[in-house]
Amino acid sequence: MREIHKPAQELETAIQVNNLSFFYGASRALESINMTIFKNHVTAIIGPSGCGKSTFIKALNRIGELEGKIKTEGQVELYGQDIYHPQVNLNQLRRQVGMVFQKPNPFPMSIYENVAYGVKIGEEKVQRSELDNIVESALQGAAIWNEVKDKLHKSALGLSGGQQQRICIARALAVKPKVLLMDEPCSALDPIATIKIEDLIHSLRNDLTIAIVTHNMQQAARVSDYTAFFSTDESRIGRMVEFGETKQIFSFPVDKRTNDYVSGRFG
Amino acid sequence: MATKLTTPLSPLRNVFDRGMTVLAFGLTIVGILPLISVLWNIISKGLPGLTAVMFTKPIIDDGFANAVVGTLTMITIASLLSIPIGIATGIYLAEYQPTTRINRTIKFLTTILTGVPSIVVGIFTYNAVVLVSKRLFDFSYSAVAGGIALAILMLPIIALTTEEVLKLVPNNFRLASSGLGGSKFQTITRIILPAAVPALTTGVLLAVARGIGETAPLLFTALFAQDWADNLTSPTASLPILIFNLYNDPDPVKNQLVWTASLFLLGVVLVINLPARFLANRNR
Repeated sequence: MREIHKPAQELETAIQVNNLSFFYGASRALESINMTIFKNHVTAIIGPSGCGKSTFIKALNRIGELEGKIKTEGQVELYGQDIYHPQVNLNQLRRQVGMVFQKPNPFPMSIYENVAYGVKIGEEKVQRSELDNIVESALQGAAIWNEVKDKLHKSALGLSGGQQQRICIARALAVKPKVLLMDEPCSALDPIATIKIEDLIHSLRNDLTIAIVTHNMQQAARVSDYTAFFSTDESRIGRMVEFGETKQIFSFPVDKRTNDYVSGRFG
Repeated sequence: MATKLTTPLSPLRNVFDRGMTVLAFGLTIVGILPLISVLWNIISKGLPGLTAVMFTKPIIDDGFANAVVGTLTMITIASLLSIPIGIATGIYLAEYQPTTRINRTIKFLTTILTGVPSIVVGIFTYNAVVLVSKRLFDFSYSAVAGGIALAILMLPIIALTTEEVLKLVPNNFRLASSGLGGSKFQTITRIILPAAVPALTTGVLLAVARGIGETAPLLFTALFAQDWADNLTSPTASLPILIFNLYNDPDPVKNQLVWTASLFLLGVVLVINLPARFLANRNR
C-alpha cells in the first residue's frame, strides 16, 4: 500500500461532487452527496444493498441515463468542468471517464477487436500498426497480455469470466481515460480472479484515477486509499454517511453507522 | 422411516398416463396429416410431368420459365424496397425511445399492417400504383406494381422481426459501447446489428418465402403474361398466378404445368425456409 501522508488539500482533484441528488422518476434515490475523488488514487464506495452506490458511480459518466428516466440536481466536475452542463458531449465525457461493469460484458467479437473498438470509434484515425501497439499495451496494462497474446483473433467469449473482465478493463484502458469507474467488478468472479483484478487496480493507479463500488469491505480495505460509506434508512434514500482515508474509515470511523457496518454488525 | 421408494404407482395412474401418451401421439399424426397429403398430392401429380424444357420456355410454349423469372423479378423489387425500410423501422422501434407515444403508434400501425388481407393490399396497390402509373407514365399492370404490392406485405413482417431480434441483444453491449464513448449510431451499426445478423437473416428469409407464395396482391397489379415480359413496366407472369389462371385450362399440357409449377413453388419456399429455420435454431 502506498503511504498517504499528504494532507487532502495538496492532492489534485479529479472529480468533485457537490450536492448531488438523483431521482428515478419522482422518487429520490440519492440525496446531497459531496465528495472528492483524488487524482491517482483509488476511492472505494461501500455500503449495504440499495444504498445507491451503483447509481452514484453511474452518475459520474452519465451512463445511468441509458437505463431509464432520471434526473439529477447538483454538480459533478471533472477537472473543473461541469459534466451536467447542457452542452456536454456525452461521448467525449465517457471516453475520459471509462467504466467497467458488474458482469463482464465483452462484445461478441475477437479479443483484438474488443480492445480496439473504443479506439476505432474515436474521432482520430489510427494507423493499423499504431492500433496494434495500443491493443498490446492495453492488454499488458490489464495484466492479461501473456494469457491472450497467441489468440488475439479468437472470440473473447471463449475466455473465463475473470479473463473476460480483464479484457473489459483493457478495452476501457485502450481509450486512455482519465478516470476509471468500476461497478463491483469482481462480484461475478471467483477468489483467484478477484485477486488478479485487485492487483491490477493497485498497479493502475499510477497513471489513472479509480473509483470502485464494492459490497466487499475487505476488498475496499485492500485496494483503496479513500473510502466513502453510503447508507440508507427507512426513507430508502441513499446518503453518504462518511468519507475519509480508508485507514481511518476502517480503524476509527467517526459515525456510529459506519462503525456498525465496517465491524460487520449490518449490511 | 421414509416411504419405500420402490412403491409402484396405482394402476389407474399408469393406465391414464399410457392413454394420454397414445392420445397425444395420435393427435400429432392427425396434425401433420394435411402436410403429408399436400406434399404427396403435389409430388405425385407434379413430378411425372417435370421436364427440362419447362425451365427454358415461356407458358405459351408449354414451359413456365417466364413465370419463374417474373416471380424472381418481383420478389427482388419487393426485397429491395421492404428490407431496408423494414429493418430501419425495426431499428427505430427497438432502439429509439421505445416508450414514446410516436414509437408505440408506429408499432401499433405496423402490427395492423401484418393483419391486412393480401387481397386488400392488392386492390390498394392497383389504385395507388397501377392507376397512377397509367395516368402519369403510360404503363399500367407491371412487375413494378407487383413488386410494390409484395413489399407492402413483407414490410411489417421484417420490421417487427427486426424489432424483436434487436430487443434480444443484451443491453450490456449498449452500455459497454456507450461507456467507451460510442455514439448511438456507432453502437447500432457496429455492435447491435452484427450481433443480430443471423436472426435478422432468418426474419428476412421468412418474409421472402411469404412473398414468393402470395397470389392475391399480384392479381391486379402484375396481372399475367403468356410470354416473356418486355420490361419491368409490362404485365408479368408469376408462379402463383400461373397456377390460379391455368388450373381449369382445357388443355391437358397447360394443366400439367399447374402441378409442376406448384411443385417447383413448394420446393422454392421449402428451400428458403430450411436455412431460415436452421439459423433460427442455432441462434437459440
